[in-house]
Amino acid sequence: MIKDWVLEELTVDQKLEPMVKPPITKVQLAQYAGASGDFNPLHLDDGFAQKIGMDGVIAHGMLVMGFLGEYVMKIAGKGARVANFKMRFGKMTVPGDEIRCTGVVKRTYEEDGKRWIALDLTAEKVSGEVVGSGSAILQLT
Amino acid sequence: MDLDKSVIGLMSDEYVFEVESRHVGQFATAIGDDNPLYTDDRYAKESAYEGLIVPPTFPIAMNDSKVEMPLQLDHRRMLHGEQEFLYYKPIRIGDQLRCQIKVSDLYDKEGKSGKMQFLKLDTEMKDPTGELVCISRMNIVYRAAKN
Repeated sequence: MIKDWVLEELTVDQKLEPMVKPPITKVQLAQYAGASGDFNPLHLDDGFAQKIGMDGVIAHGMLVMGFLGEYVMKIAGKGARVANFKMRFGKMTVPGDEIRCTGVVKRTYEEDGKRWIALDLTAEKVSGEVVGSGSAILQLT
Repeated sequence: MDLDKSVIGLMSDEYVFEVESRHVGQFATAIGDDNPLYTDDRYAKESAYEGLIVPPTFPIAMNDSKVEMPLQLDHRRMLHGEQEFLYYKPIRIGDQLRCQIKVSDLYDKEGKSGKMQFLKLDTEMKDPTGELVCISRMNIVYRAAKN
């Protein structure tokens, strides 16, 4: 479980405690398809996925970004708003994969009379394979 | 057929998206994101957001299948390479946001398997007064057509 961060005390290059998600399930992909409106059969239909050369369905890239979003919001806690959040998609994710989210403080700075923290974020399989790399900017209150 | 720069600036029709509690709950549940900022009014009021909000990637679900994209794309050539959200104001349950999809950029790059094109699609979301709430920016890799 992630402890409460003291955002003001974060320093550059500080590694944040990782968050590990339970293995992705096919039911979860169906739930995500329904909630996001992305019904691409590549995420739902093994037969379709095999026809185009995959072993079976793959997870929505945006689901993995959703995990990183969950992580960012846990880091922000009650004391910050997220101003910007982005992710580049890497290796594919499939049901059964466990995703670990990690973060590093890239920069802390003052601008417009406010305090900001820039984070580098990574989503990887427990094997270390990177499935998403991104960044977020937090605005402290 | 490749795209050319004339697509930059193309826009979809505007649509209004209503943020519904049940939808937000289903989205957070699918991810497994149990942050009280989406459900616990008292907790959220004490936070930097001063009230309930939606998960940070929720704007991706703020689509309308009836709205036509501003340009015709071959889905087999598309790859969602990167996604960015720019947040200006919190999105709240009950919000009715005016959304419009714009082609904000197109550029070419030479890749290993020939020319690749990069397309930026921005979904701009505004409140009823016209103030910008969020931009959801999708960076799409548009691969060369197979002959």
